[in-house]
Amino acid sequence: MRTLRPLAALAATAALLLTGACSASKSPGGQTPSGFTPPRVPMRQSLGAGEGSVDVVAWAGYVEYGQDSKTVDWVTPFTKATGCKVNLKVAGTSDEMVALMKTGQYDTVSASGDATLRLIAGGDVAPVNTKLVPNYATVYPGLKNQPWNSVGGVPYGIPHGRGANLLMYNTAKVTPAPTSWGAVFDPNSPYKGHLTAYDDPIYIADAALYLMKTKPSLGIRNPYALTADQLNAAVTLLKDQKPNVNAYWSDYTKEQASFDSGDFWLGTTWEVIQQAVAADGKVKTAAILPSEGSTGWSDTWMVSAHAQHPNCAYEWMNYIVSPSVNAQVAEYFGEAPANSQACGYIKDNPNFCADYHANDESWWRNVYYWNTPTRNCVDGSGRNDCTDYAQWVTAWNEIKS
Amino acid sequence: MHRSPVRRLAGALHRRPGLRLTALLSAPMAWLVLAYLGSLGVLLLSAFWTTNDFTSQVEYVWNTDNFANILSDPVYRTVALRTLGIAVGVTVVDGALALPMAFYMARVARPRSRRLLLVAVTAPLWAGYLVKAYAWWVMLSHGGVLDWAVGTPGFGVPAVVITLSYLWLPYMVLPLYAAFAQLPDSVLDASADLGARPWRTFRSVVLPLVKPALIAGSIFTFSLSLGDYLTVQIVGGTTQMLGNVIASDVTLNLPMAAAVSCVPVLLIVGYLLAVRRTGAWENL
Repeated sequence: MRTLRPLAALAATAALLLTGACSASKSPGGQTPSGFTPPRVPMRQSLGAGEGSVDVVAWAGYVEYGQDSKTVDWVTPFTKATGCKVNLKVAGTSDEMVALMKTGQYDTVSASGDATLRLIAGGDVAPVNTKLVPNYATVYPGLKNQPWNSVGGVPYGIPHGRGANLLMYNTAKVTPAPTSWGAVFDPNSPYKGHLTAYDDPIYIADAALYLMKTKPSLGIRNPYALTADQLNAAVTLLKDQKPNVNAYWSDYTKEQASFDSGDFWLGTTWEVIQQAVAADGKVKTAAILPSEGSTGWSDTWMVSAHAQHPNCAYEWMNYIVSPSVNAQVAEYFGEAPANSQACGYIKDNPNFCADYHANDESWWRNVYYWNTPTRNCVDGSGRNDCTDYAQWVTAWNEIKS
Repeated sequence: MHRSPVRRLAGALHRRPGLRLTALLSAPMAWLVLAYLGSLGVLLLSAFWTTNDFTSQVEYVWNTDNFANILSDPVYRTVALRTLGIAVGVTVVDGALALPMAFYMARVARPRSRRLLLVAVTAPLWAGYLVKAYAWWVMLSHGGVLDWAVGTPGFGVPAVVITLSYLWLPYMVLPLYAAFAQLPDSVLDASADLGARPWRTFRSVVLPLVKPALIAGSIFTFSLSLGDYLTVQIVGGTTQMLGNVIASDVTLNLPMAAAVSCVPVLLIVGYLLAVRRTGAWENL
């Protein structure tokens, strides 16, 4: 039959490629890090002259050269001072960041805690010699050498800033005001059809945190270190939540628009989104840190193991966490700065550092920063019966399907 | 006498038709085979690899685990069936809307309004896909136009079917319009002369003649719906389609994404094989 030819051709091509590729594919033999020993990647001992450019992977809003607003520009002064031209690649999710860094074509990345360990274990990033980053000295001690930015006491990056995943609600619709995450995990919620949740496997940690505080019998000690049973309990909670969910959000403008329109009444948020909704002025909202605490993120500048421009990458890391620039980024993006002196450089909002709890360590004690779940439990217990990120991804797909 | 190379080449091409054809077709064929079928082949091939669970590094170890997973894991079955249902739903809705529209445009409307109607049908194609999807998001959302007029179904499968039906409607109307326009008047007259009432004429004369166009349109609406993943993200609420599963796997587990993307390919190939005998392919 005439019409079948393309199919036959496709089959033939596929067969050819299969046989050809079989003989050609030499397995590089990646090993599963069952225990977590990062591949040996040398740490830089000294810096030389800049290479003239640096390739950066970052969250939107972290590397501004005037592309969004002419007055928001901290890249041009950097290039003037160091001679390093900045080439930016914006990533939308942690998974995308991991994928981009795996190409080996970028020098530095602003990774969140749910990406950092994967990059370290994959040998995609190198340990950072903090002596070569003078501004590291004034970074809050509470952010240094944390489980998501170091392995065995070796730092793998420079802290950039942090934020919490708060509970936001429409004050006109949600009464009485919620004080607990129970408001979003109640299967008989009176706000059915108006809930929202973050669309990412890492949101399982939010459910785990709630269970950790409300169901001690499960024995959860850390929302990122879950045994198979504990993960199942969190999955059940999230499956029960799903019928009440209006839509999940991952793009923050979607959450902003949906709160504005009245589709969303309550759910997890970032401070920056709540402020955007407040600025829109269509609905009245509030964002609270519930009694259980919350999950959060602490971003880290890391340097690629295959960096073509390591000197410029170190210059960039030192520049972006310097007090004045860290203050600019934090204020523009809406997060707590990592540099302890940054608060002295905030320009527009005199209450900024208080609003974002920049130096209120007791407030952060209830915030569990995103971390990558690994078989070796990330709660520091030394056990290795925890579920890993791949299992979380499968679980999340199961919840959403 | 000395002959220029160009003339010699022209002579050679003139004497050998085979050479002529090869020179003409080799570039487009190379593109078709290498870029088009080749990428499909690589896709199929990578579905047989695996990844490191933790670092997401692709490991070139030949195995069929991904396909076994798709068959055994109920998650994939649920999503595949839902996607199929949505694609069929969109096709049915578009068919039901496009048949009377195309008939009116081709047989009833005056030439002037026919032209206006054609412009009206194709006009949405000028606007961006995202603009249209977000427009539906606004209409379907709480306090939107639909909510105010008849009540919104909320975000979910019905919203996805409505939005996709809107997006792909022109692809159904245009082939049907062409088929109706080509319908000879004499056939309709003969049917009437033989005593058939309009409904009988439609069923026994018109429908069989436009069936190939209907199927051609349905190939567009069906396959476009099957592969869509943005509309469902915008108006689907918590709904997931195959495209979303593929998208969520692409960065972390490329081989699995490749294996999942074989599912819509198989569904479409199955659909094409099923409609092959109707002769609809000549209408594409």
